[in-house]
Amino acid sequence: MVHMFWWVIFPYIMLTIMILGMLYRFAFRQLTWAAPSTEIFEKKWLKIGSPLFHWGIIFAFIGHVMGMVIPHGFYTSLGISDHLYHFGAIWGGGLAGLMVVVGLIILLIRKSTIDPVRIKATFADFASVLMLLFVAGTGTYMTLIFNTTVVEYEYRETIGPWFRSLFILQPNYELMIGVPTLFKVHVASAFAFFAAIPFTRLVHIFSFPIRYPARPPQQYRSRSNYRREGL
Amino acid sequence: MRIKAQVAMVMHLDKCIGCHTCSVTCKNTWTNRPGAEYMWFNNVETRPGPGYPRRWEDTGRYKGGWILKNGKLQLRAGGPITKLATIFYNPNQAKLDEFYEPWTYDYDNLIHSPKSENLPVARPFSQITGEYIDKPEWGSNWDDDLAGGSEIVPMDPNVEKLGDHIAMEYEKTFMMYLPRICEHCLNPSCVASCPAGALYKRDEDGIVLVDHDACRGWRFCQNGCPYHKVYYNWKTHKAEKCNFCYPRTEAGLPTICSETCVGRIRYIGVVLYDADKVKEAASVEDPQDLYEAQLGCFLDPFDPEIEEKARKSGINDAWIEAAKESPVYKMAMKWKIALPLHPEYRTMPMVWYVPPLSPIMNHITNEDDLKTDGYIPAVDQMRIPMEYLASILSAGDTSVIRKVLLKLSAMRVYMRGKTVGGVDEFKQSELVKEADTNPEEIEEMARLLGVAKYNERFVIPTGRREMDDNLYLEQGVCSLEELAPKEGVNPTFGYLKVREKL
Repeated sequence: MVHMFWWVIFPYIMLTIMILGMLYRFAFRQLTWAAPSTEIFEKKWLKIGSPLFHWGIIFAFIGHVMGMVIPHGFYTSLGISDHLYHFGAIWGGGLAGLMVVVGLIILLIRKSTIDPVRIKATFADFASVLMLLFVAGTGTYMTLIFNTTVVEYEYRETIGPWFRSLFILQPNYELMIGVPTLFKVHVASAFAFFAAIPFTRLVHIFSFPIRYPARPPQQYRSRSNYRREGL
Repeated sequence: MRIKAQVAMVMHLDKCIGCHTCSVTCKNTWTNRPGAEYMWFNNVETRPGPGYPRRWEDTGRYKGGWILKNGKLQLRAGGPITKLATIFYNPNQAKLDEFYEPWTYDYDNLIHSPKSENLPVARPFSQITGEYIDKPEWGSNWDDDLAGGSEIVPMDPNVEKLGDHIAMEYEKTFMMYLPRICEHCLNPSCVASCPAGALYKRDEDGIVLVDHDACRGWRFCQNGCPYHKVYYNWKTHKAEKCNFCYPRTEAGLPTICSETCVGRIRYIGVVLYDADKVKEAASVEDPQDLYEAQLGCFLDPFDPEIEEKARKSGINDAWIEAAKESPVYKMAMKWKIALPLHPEYRTMPMVWYVPPLSPIMNHITNEDDLKTDGYIPAVDQMRIPMEYLASILSAGDTSVIRKVLLKLSAMRVYMRGKTVGGVDEFKQSELVKEADTNPEEIEEMARLLGVAKYNERFVIPTGRREMDDNLYLEQGVCSLEELAPKEGVNPTFGYLKVREKL
């Protein structure tokens, strides 16, 4: 029952909060949907911390797609041995994790010591950084230390299939039962973190302006709809 | 040919007395709220001086506007790919200090101070952090009227460009005011810089606006604008800028800065332009050709063919009539006495400036004995160096400035001659030839520059409400018989846009 809660009920509740929360905020709180930058107050620390964290988390995201979404069988069919995969995952993932953690620590120090930034930071701002730090910290510890000292854990046989089973709506929680506690903590805290996204500044992840290079530089808009609708 | 209408402004710098009434009324109307304290949609700078924000003309620092690279027009700060790569940290964005840290005074202390030996004071405190500032070191118009003199003036990038020594001795120095608002450019670089596509140019009147629903606070517009007239609100995390008081102009009223201008230096009118020509004009090789190229984009509203085409592209008669009466068209395009601010930024700015005729009386002590042609050398020795005006208004081309100053001097001489005699001499003079003008034009110019009344200075057609969405709907009908959208959730923006076709 405990397993059922943590690996079926809890993730679904968290994802539901995330999706509904974001839809609500997008539809009714559009004016709060932004990437709230404090660059206008402070530039020096941000120059190091922000790119380090952001690029790190992009690499980490790609790493998670490689480990969680792409099945183990895919790698074997390509002829990539488990050893080679783990070598790449530990060093590549470890580097990304360190970038995220170091970046976050710099940003956290900046947020809590530099004056206008500290004064203008809200509870949600601190909470999102601390949550991210926890999730990223456990993840990096797992990758760099647990994997190299305790056991090179093959999560592609347990957490990966379980994660995919969530999305085909046939959650197979039994896969998670034997997973090391550290990994469990990482996964559960990540889902809790997802639920927090709509209530923090993190919504800006979903408005990364990927379409910008494709649009023409100049934009005309008419005040009303008459041209678009051909009236 | 894509004909569009644009509301534009001319400022006659000779009449600006630097009273800041425009800035104050603008501030009271638009930016007197938290997050916007440091913003001045309209500001008046004393020149020479660093301006607001400090050294905004330093394109090497803020990288605003466009450049021509291998014959192609590009944003100076880099195109979309560069921007997405630097989206996590924008190296060119200005810090608040480069504007100034806004502060107010602890007035409460004056009233509630306990009994003491000394008079209570209202200490300044930051409007950002709320902490006391013992010694404010920079503020809006800190350098007003050349305050700070020889320490502050060399910070002016135009002064740097001139290179030679600018007279700082009190008797020889010069000064002028430069009121600035958003230029509402024909080729706005802020619009091109916005990754979210939130900035846009309004089809009907060319006003450049920010869609706050779409703005995500990426901040590339702030330094993408070479005039530094887009601001970042630290509270809402959205971009804000001068909106040409569109709620007023739509109703046919001038902007609040123009309405309250004490010197009546501002003129507002409509011009017609060909949107297809803009890119080509902004891409001419030599920056000094940009002024002429920009003039080439505008269309003659008196040409019946243009009129016909304008009507076809949805510009109604009221707007075409207004374009004919437009003071902007007369001053900038017909008489060519108004010049664009920093045309070398290649944004095709639409706020035009009549350069100031510095006090020439200093040079001319015996005006009664002076022959008309004696004014020509006076123009060349004006107190405000022509090179300085040229570096602000004509990409360094002094011949453009000289022409305008000659024309303005010719007007002065002719109008003086009308009362003290000398009109006949004037008509034969070298001055009238060099200024390339004639008495009829001068009379017209003198009227518009000197005595024009409110409705001549501001020719603003009202917004085309008849073209709006269903007006009954806007008025708020109830959802009976499919007149209005169904009740309940009906977002009108973004991907969830639900607009029923009526």
